[in-house]
Amino acid sequence: MAYSEKVVDHFNNPRNMGSFKKEEDGVGTGIVGAPECGDVMKLQIKVQNDTIVDAKFKTFGCGSAIASSSLATEWLKGKTVEEAGKIKNTDIVQELNLPPVKIHCSVLAEDAIKAALADYQKKADSK
Amino acid sequence: MKFPIYLDNHATTPMDPRVLEAMLPYFTEKFGNAASRNHAFGWEAEEGVETARKQIAKLIHADAKEIVFTSGATESNNLALKGVVEMYHEKGDHIITSSTEHRAVLDTAKTLETKRGVKVTYLPVDKFGMVSPKDVRDAITDKTILISVMFANNEIGTINPIKEIGKIAKEKGILFHCDATQGVGKVPVDVQEMGIDLMSFSAHKIYGPKGIGALYVRKKNPRVRIAAQMDGGGHERGMRSGTLAVPLIVGFGKACELCEQEMAADAARLSVMRDRLHATITKALEEVYLNGHPTERLPHNLNISFAYVEGESLLMGCKEIALSSGSACTSATLEPSYVLRALGVGAELAHSSIRFGLGRFTLDEEVDYAAKKIIETVTKLREMSPLYEMAKEGIDLKTVQWAAH
Ligand SMILES: Cc1ncc(COP(=O)(O)O)c(C=O)c1O
Ligand code: FES
Repeated sequence: MAYSEKVVDHFNNPRNMGSFKKEEDGVGTGIVGAPECGDVMKLQIKVQNDTIVDAKFKTFGCGSAIASSSLATEWLKGKTVEEAGKIKNTDIVQELNLPPVKIHCSVLAEDAIKAALADYQKKADSK
Repeated sequence: MKFPIYLDNHATTPMDPRVLEAMLPYFTEKFGNAASRNHAFGWEAEEGVETARKQIAKLIHADAKEIVFTSGATESNNLALKGVVEMYHEKGDHIITSSTEHRAVLDTAKTLETKRGVKVTYLPVDKFGMVSPKDVRDAITDKTILISVMFANNEIGTINPIKEIGKIAKEKGILFHCDATQGVGKVPVDVQEMGIDLMSFSAHKIYGPKGIGALYVRKKNPRVRIAAQMDGGGHERGMRSGTLAVPLIVGFGKACELCEQEMAADAARLSVMRDRLHATITKALEEVYLNGHPTERLPHNLNISFAYVEGESLLMGCKEIALSSGSACTSATLEPSYVLRALGVGAELAHSSIRFGLGRFTLDEEVDYAAKKIIETVTKLREMSPLYEMAKEGIDLKTVQWAAH
């Protein structure tokens, strides 16, 4: 399968690859997928005053999954928590030109965003 | 070095220029129909075909009359299984095969189950991918008419104990079909010594042209009969109608002749290269697992899994090298390789597998480049892998509650 230029670019130059300490204040962590399915995504956000000031990812999965999560971190930065919750997998599909068999990779990225936001909220609420 | 580098010789092989040279006159000058009995054009085409038949038969220790030309191993497998079931249905309705066969055998068996009510036993394989002769023996019933076990697996390269299975088949009076598409021309295959009654193979896997293959059909001890699956002019002793593809057949013959002469040297050279590739990779990287048999495997095959790295992303990182992976992400079905799963390789390692298939034209420097590139890419992708990070933190990945989707 031929990859779109944008997927290749994110794959070769991943944005915001890495990790925050999970315990750190304001950090929300989402881990979705399973090794048996061939894809696991870890997405982290760092929130200050309701705004996502930084985001990081690590992904085990195909090039499209890596690109989807890399793109997600770019989009998350600067968004408020509420805005971040509105990112849809279809936006990722469109931006990266993903073919139908790779749509689930973008779904995984949306799930990872939701999971990171939920984790952040849970931590904030329990304070 | 020329890019991209081709290391996918189990999928297909480039044609040997000597094969092309042998074929060329049969497209334009010697274009006759091998079945035309009344003129020189036909005779000359027939002569080309008969020479090829001898070259092919010689490579597998058969008689030229036992070679039936088909369009490839897929057709040969279909013809063997369907042809035997149709011809011998009064003797029984049970066939035995294995779980790691090529789809051309497995799907044919499935069709026979659903359309003709045939009962099929799919034998398991051991952790190296090998069929056990004892399992074959135990699966035989008084209704068994055919055993079909592949010579060597196209993904993991494991070579089955064909001679022992052939012996059991003979002893029980059951026909033995072998899909030897990956074995013929690469390692010695002898239908006499191995007790094979029907055998499928294909030219494009042995530096010959695509679109031509053969089914070996034993003529004596026993005389095997199969029902034709295509009606027409009754070519190939009535077993496979259709005007013979003379240029392709001539190329197939030449390819077999070259294999006969060069197979031993090719195998010796490629196994050294393959072992060096394996050693270089395992020396540089931890948690690399060999899939398939450590010794009973095709000399040009290497199949390994890189823990924590998904196969398709690895291929993408090595895009100047043509390779293949058992990862689900490379397949339309999103299921990882059924062959690896049959050996008991965990799904996560099946997703992480890469198959290297070296060939006659593979150069030392190409293999060295591939090793270097694989090591670099695996290292980079592990840095990117949440699984690697978790493993490094001492988390047992098997105890994690994954949010599977
Ligand atoms: C073991 C095996 N059987 C059958 C086939 C099908 O061969 P062909 O492409 O000639 O139909 C292949 C090739 O992929 C193979 O590896
Ligand atoms: S992670 Fe498997 S197709 Fe994308």
